[in-house]
Amino acid sequence: MSENNGDKPNVNWEELEEQPAFRALLARKTRFIITSTIFFVIYYFALLVLVGWFPDVMKKQVLGKINVAYLFALSQFFMAWGMAFVYTRKAAEWDKAAAQIIINQ
Amino acid sequence: MTPAVWMFLAFVVATLGITIWAAKKNTGASAYFAAGRSITGWQNGLAVAGDYMSAASFLGISGMIALFGYDGFMYSVGWLVAYLTVLIVVAEPLRNAGKYTMADLLAYRLTPRPVRAMASLSTITVSTFYMVAQMIGAGALVKLLLKDLPWITTEWAIIGVGVLMVVYVVFGGMLATTWVQIIKAILLITGTIFLSVLVMKHFDFSFVKFFDAISNLTYTDSKTKLEVTRNFLDPGMKFGADVTKGWGPLDLVSLGLALVFGTAGLPHILVRFYTVPDAKTARVSVVWAMVIIGAFYILTTFLGFGAATILKPHNIPTDNMAAPQLAEALGGPMFFAFISAVAFATILAVVAGLTISASASFAHDFYTNVLHHGKEHRPGQEVRVARITAFVVGAVSIFLAIKLQSVNVAFLVGLAFAVAASANLPVIVLSIFWRKFTTTGAVLGLAVGLLSSIVLILLSPSIMGIDGPEIIGAKRRLIQMNALFPLTNPGILSIPLGFLAAIFGSLLRPEPEAERKFAELKVRAHTGLGAEKATSH
Repeated sequence: MSENNGDKPNVNWEELEEQPAFRALLARKTRFIITSTIFFVIYYFALLVLVGWFPDVMKKQVLGKINVAYLFALSQFFMAWGMAFVYTRKAAEWDKAAAQIIINQ
Repeated sequence: MTPAVWMFLAFVVATLGITIWAAKKNTGASAYFAAGRSITGWQNGLAVAGDYMSAASFLGISGMIALFGYDGFMYSVGWLVAYLTVLIVVAEPLRNAGKYTMADLLAYRLTPRPVRAMASLSTITVSTFYMVAQMIGAGALVKLLLKDLPWITTEWAIIGVGVLMVVYVVFGGMLATTWVQIIKAILLITGTIFLSVLVMKHFDFSFVKFFDAISNLTYTDSKTKLEVTRNFLDPGMKFGADVTKGWGPLDLVSLGLALVFGTAGLPHILVRFYTVPDAKTARVSVVWAMVIIGAFYILTTFLGFGAATILKPHNIPTDNMAAPQLAEALGGPMFFAFISAVAFATILAVVAGLTISASASFAHDFYTNVLHHGKEHRPGQEVRVARITAFVVGAVSIFLAIKLQSVNVAFLVGLAFAVAASANLPVIVLSIFWRKFTTTGAVLGLAVGLLSSIVLILLSPSIMGIDGPEIIGAKRRLIQMNALFPLTNPGILSIPLGFLAAIFGSLLRPEPEAERKFAELKVRAHTGLGAEKATSH
């Protein structure tokens, strides 16, 4: 028993899901989502692990009085913005592929 | 009356004007719950930022950095990186497959009634903890700010905030809430930029001087009453192994988990993605939000370290007041008034967002779909129930906030993030990505995530611990015995528990119907076919 949200277009969902074009799109998307998630999770928790267990490495001053800890923390912001930029570019490609699949169905 | 009161009144009048305008446009459930899905990408980006940057961000982080240096900045980092989970994993499938609430996505291929009932319980729990925290913050703020108006007590401040948020939500719905959040985000960013510039002006716009001052800060230690010199840019003052009996680093990782995975499970953030026309706009709005939120959190460097170096930690009586105090020291009474008004606006916008997500969940998930099997008996009933719920939510939060005045605000917000990460996120992710996910899995995952995070917090040093005789009154912990769980943040244990319970429940009782409908969910989530459209005016 399930309910429907949204409008109910007359679509054969199973058939659409089995289309090679859709399968390929989903595979590309999933691959990107998994690799990028692994990347940012590692990058972020590397900071916490270093701060927590290796404070002496992090206290090293590299740019005047600015230490590794602050620079690494600051780099997280640019990492996040960079990832968002890459994702947006990728997602635009997926939008095109998805639009094709909808037209062809 | 002081300038602070005038500026605050100006904000209230402006937002009530918006509420009247929005009330005229509110026709039908989609308009009320999702602003007619007519919000544009940048508008929603600002609104997400306004919904997210709470008193804990503005007042809390500034104070934390001012007193604990670098370690306070860890919150800033986590709260931005969290948006990658929202952007990459959750926002678009949620927009494509849902209507008004987080539970829409879960109920899609599962048996709606049990799933919606549990999801609604979890949504209301998260929202209530978060809301009570904001309202206690508002009360404390008022008490300190309006010293010359002694008749405004903490209780009256809490009641005032509660009444205002109910008015926005009941009359203005999601449209008014959205615009309150947009205005607040602009005010907050403007105030933060001004304050940062004033801090740098104090250091003759020299980063060298600024960082020299941070790394060589002499002040009186609050515990030992001795003069000490510390490098505030070095980690370890809050989470260091030496100041936390060795548990600090693990606690930091646990906090990080709750922040990074909790944001994508916060109901009041998730419902914002239903206010835009399509998934693409939802994506654009997350990117806008990330730019604004990121810029704000980088600026907490100036707010927090500015307060530490210019005011000195021993001159900051309550950590939550560091930012307004800094504004007064650098910009005089008018600027202090402005920053205080911004802090009020911040709290109001967040509580309005929380109220609408809690009442939408009760009306749409529980009332319409659980009690009435998804059918409205009379048109407009769902919206009416939501309005009544908003009243009840307002009254309950006012009551709880007055009762719990002495509870630490950061602890309540931490609890909300932990529940969101442990209960909501696992079921959202599994429902999008795992074919074999079932109703039993969803219910078990939500229940275990919710319960384990609450129980672990009750057993943590935030609630349990033996206080010395010098700690009196409200600051004494609830249970005077050694904590059974060593960490203040339960995420590191409760998030895996939430996932495991959801997976275990799914394997326990397979559900062929849910598996069959996965094809439809996948196509909808990844192509946007059949997604809810904007209502035309």
